[in-house]
Amino acid sequence: MNATIAAISTGQAPGGIGVIRISGPRALAVAQRVFRSRSGRGLAEIPGYQALLGQAFGADGEALDDCVALVFRAPKSYTGEDVVELSCHGGLYVTRRVLEEVLAAGASPAGRGEFTKRAYLNGKLDLAQAESVMELIGATGRQAARMARAGGSGRLSRRLEKIREDLEGVAAHLAAWADFPDEDVEELSQAELRGVLERCKAGLDSLLAQFEKGRIFREGLRTVIVGRPNVGKSTLMNWLAGRERSIVTPYAGTTRDVVEEPVSLAGVPLLLADTAGLRETDDPVEEIGVAAARQRLASAELALAVFDQSQALSGEDFQLMEELRQVPAIAVVNKSDLESRIDEEALRKAFPYVVECSAAEGRGLEALEEALAALLGTSDFDPDAGELFTQRQRRAAASAGEALDQALEALEAGVTLDAVTVCLDAALGDLYELTGQRVSEAVVDQVFERFCVGK
Amino acid sequence: MKTYDAGLVDVAVIGAGHAGIEAGLAAARLGCETVVFTMNLDAVGNCPCNPSIGGTAKGHLVREIDALGGEMGRAADACTIQSRMLNRGKGPAVHSLRAQIDRNAYSRYMKHALELCPRLGLRQAEVVDLRQDQDFWLLTTRLGGVYRAGAVILCTGTFLGGKIFVGEASYEGGPDGMFPSAFLPEALERLGISLRRFKTGTPARVLRSSVDWEKLEVQHGDEPVVPFSFETETPPENRDVCYISWTNEGTHRIIRENLERSPLYAGMIEGVGPRYCPSIEDKVVRFPDKERHQLFIEPCGLDTEEMYLQGMSSSLPEEVQEKFYRSIPGLEHVRLMRSAYAIEYDCCDPLQLDAALEFRDWPGLYGAGQFNGSSGYEEAAAQGLVAGINAARKLQGKERVVLDRAGSYIGTLIDDLITKGAADPYRMMTSRSEYRLVLRQDNAGERLTPLGRELGLISDRRWEKFTHWMDLKKRELRRVRGTNLPPSEALNRALVSRGTSPVSTGVKLSELLKRPQITYRDLKEADTERPSLPEDVLESVEIELKYEGYIRRQQADIEEARRLEGKRLPVGLDYSQVLGLRLEAVEKLNRVRPENLGQAGRISGVSPADVSVLMIWLAAHEAEGHGTVHKEGAG
Repeated sequence: MNATIAAISTGQAPGGIGVIRISGPRALAVAQRVFRSRSGRGLAEIPGYQALLGQAFGADGEALDDCVALVFRAPKSYTGEDVVELSCHGGLYVTRRVLEEVLAAGASPAGRGEFTKRAYLNGKLDLAQAESVMELIGATGRQAARMARAGGSGRLSRRLEKIREDLEGVAAHLAAWADFPDEDVEELSQAELRGVLERCKAGLDSLLAQFEKGRIFREGLRTVIVGRPNVGKSTLMNWLAGRERSIVTPYAGTTRDVVEEPVSLAGVPLLLADTAGLRETDDPVEEIGVAAARQRLASAELALAVFDQSQALSGEDFQLMEELRQVPAIAVVNKSDLESRIDEEALRKAFPYVVECSAAEGRGLEALEEALAALLGTSDFDPDAGELFTQRQRRAAASAGEALDQALEALEAGVTLDAVTVCLDAALGDLYELTGQRVSEAVVDQVFERFCVGK
Repeated sequence: MKTYDAGLVDVAVIGAGHAGIEAGLAAARLGCETVVFTMNLDAVGNCPCNPSIGGTAKGHLVREIDALGGEMGRAADACTIQSRMLNRGKGPAVHSLRAQIDRNAYSRYMKHALELCPRLGLRQAEVVDLRQDQDFWLLTTRLGGVYRAGAVILCTGTFLGGKIFVGEASYEGGPDGMFPSAFLPEALERLGISLRRFKTGTPARVLRSSVDWEKLEVQHGDEPVVPFSFETETPPENRDVCYISWTNEGTHRIIRENLERSPLYAGMIEGVGPRYCPSIEDKVVRFPDKERHQLFIEPCGLDTEEMYLQGMSSSLPEEVQEKFYRSIPGLEHVRLMRSAYAIEYDCCDPLQLDAALEFRDWPGLYGAGQFNGSSGYEEAAAQGLVAGINAARKLQGKERVVLDRAGSYIGTLIDDLITKGAADPYRMMTSRSEYRLVLRQDNAGERLTPLGRELGLISDRRWEKFTHWMDLKKRELRRVRGTNLPPSEALNRALVSRGTSPVSTGVKLSELLKRPQITYRDLKEADTERPSLPEDVLESVEIELKYEGYIRRQQADIEEARRLEGKRLPVGLDYSQVLGLRLEAVEKLNRVRPENLGQAGRISGVSPADVSVLMIWLAAHEAEGHGTVHKEGAG
């Protein structure tokens, strides 16, 4: 833990600014070997939260880039250690060159999440917050990033606090009642006790339900675009992807392979797969494409079933409707710019959501997003509420919920209250683990699997 | 002053209160030449506060002491005048036995037990100096005797630097009008032991005939009486009763009007008092909305007319005491025999001790009881027993005995003291144990008798009785798990009468006993094959069945906790060398010097993040260690 570590902390893509973060007891010394300020002041001379303007140099004295060095002093930094952030002009090459020099000056490359791990170990973040940061780093969609931020700001911990306080209140009352029989401590009424337990249980249930919805945002959905040939699947793909991903021709059966592209729709990350049009074919190559499409459909979590509005529903369309019974699907009626010959009634019977659009003209996105949100039940999802968002957190919340169920059962069955308090203690223990107020070995192991401990 | 060589002993115990008695008896019974010093031979095992043994969680301690071969349970049984099982109806985890005892008889019983114990010398003497001399401790008495001892156990109670407060009056003194130990504090400080001031208090004793019994609610003992000790063959009888009364607005007004005359509120007392046993003026100040406070009027013995006013301790002036006591129904004409008083005393910071209750920096020096910052006779006795056992074992070159939280209340008590320290006099409570349902008073014998036997403190006769008892229990458990009761009219009548559903097919006896409403007694008629078994066997089987699921839950917690307890931290580790620990944690860890990761996590000021740091440090440390071993092997 005493190593000084460094990494590029901005995205590994061309951008306006590239930041190299250096953290550890030797952060200032390491940075000073790479950075020289214009004013001639050394980094060690300035207090925390101040910056110096200057240049980064290679070991051979070559000037690499103009650079701002921002100094944070322990413990008032993200990691709780001395930290220097070198902001360069960006450009992948330059940023990487500066990092190389920093490493050559004595820093070790930071492992994945290592800054956050240090922040946690130095008491700068609680466990829930640390996990949020890890999620934020990996967040793919807008909603997921907001959720992670809400977790990082301690909102999750605050939501849990309410439940925890309720349970602690009851546990303390029951303890006083049992430990001081001579002090006429009022007995907690069954109704009151049950009320608190049920309220806490409901709070946990709601967190768990939202976890399932939140999972969609965090992990995205495997989505398949299906339909018979030439209804405009590839046009839809390119429109949603915002670039020419699939080859579009007027000829049926152009798409032979499965073409994938991650997109974000209504804030939900979708791994979109454009597939070959479904039809009977003699062409062996196309037949392989059709089989791949069917296979993809079988494993999809969501299907966008594309239909051509300008044509009546065919046998292949009806067969598709049949196949789609098992998959959550939206009927996308494409080519809305052309005259309608399609039987929309039949579509509405087969699909809960039918949207019209013109992929070619880029119309109907709003309707598609609305339908998606409605289908997933995510329209009322509040990403800022502070949610559970790791499996570890979910397990802890679920385990607390089970303990409360057991407490309620015990109460219902008329078991003595000492047994109820055992369950209460267990639920509280789970909550303490969830927020990191208590550690068991298992928790730390689970969390630090993701923090690459030992590097 | 001229001194003389008073001889050599293995173990010297300073104090013959509840801690000193168990410490001395344990050491002597384990084969050590032992001397027990007392300031006053007429006050061995004195009960200067309540005339009772046991109570919530304290009853658990007494049963555990008994299971380990201690004396307290047997003595309490021999001197019981009224007995109650508290918290009946609140569940077996919190059932607690409490006995009113004849305090003079108790003291005589204990003195005699010490006198009869081989290898134990009981000596009235005040120890005024304590020094280290190579392998020995030198104890000097007020009369110039210098004893050499291999180990010393400090059980000084409230005598150490004792000071009495009653209103504006204050003087140096011990409990119950005895002399304080005025010289020993200086000797301890010379050694470098850090001492601090605690205080406690006791209510007045009043003359029985001056109480108007007509106005009071009577509290009878429970029948049949359950003894504390497994060795007690004939259970004691209820021979007296207690009474209940209540304070009122008038009482509170008198107290409030005279608060400035209380030494505590006037700032004369610097010692910290027990949060869980407040004086009546404390209660009135802290709970101004409470209209009345309950008090119990308890007999001090069968051959005395003194009555104890439980719940009414005070350090207000004598004349104020008389006034407010007389404002209570039934006490209108009460005559005080002994006034209530507060006593302030020196005790050590228990963070200096290890789990054997030995001072980490002074090998061979042990502490027990109020000296360690606890309150209560039972807490004291429990520590005395552990200190006595460990002092003896150390001198005999044996491994020390550490009781853990998962195995006993005694272990919980000691772990709390040495890990968290004591901000105020520490009292045992059931809520202090996270394993309440496993650590019951009814199974203390099962939990600890085997250890007591291994140590050599359980007689052959008792061991035989115990194994027989265990055998009966095991057989009965097997029987109820294997017996199917056919649906019968008698059975269903019993089930329905208890408000539970009748059965239409055969059902396991154990399943029926799992129903919270159904007891062994209810099934007596239907359970025709039942052997005749002692009541405590039936009780034990029933609890085990009824609470099986909850007990299993706690057992899982215990396993998890024991994993962390199993991760030992190196002795003498300087925590400032472990990078990543917060400053506060370094300071606390260096002070407490925990023995393992589990204990480290219970230190206040050590956060879960700090424990993670230690976990990672340990893993890295172990990896290095293995590396070295490997290299040696290869070389």
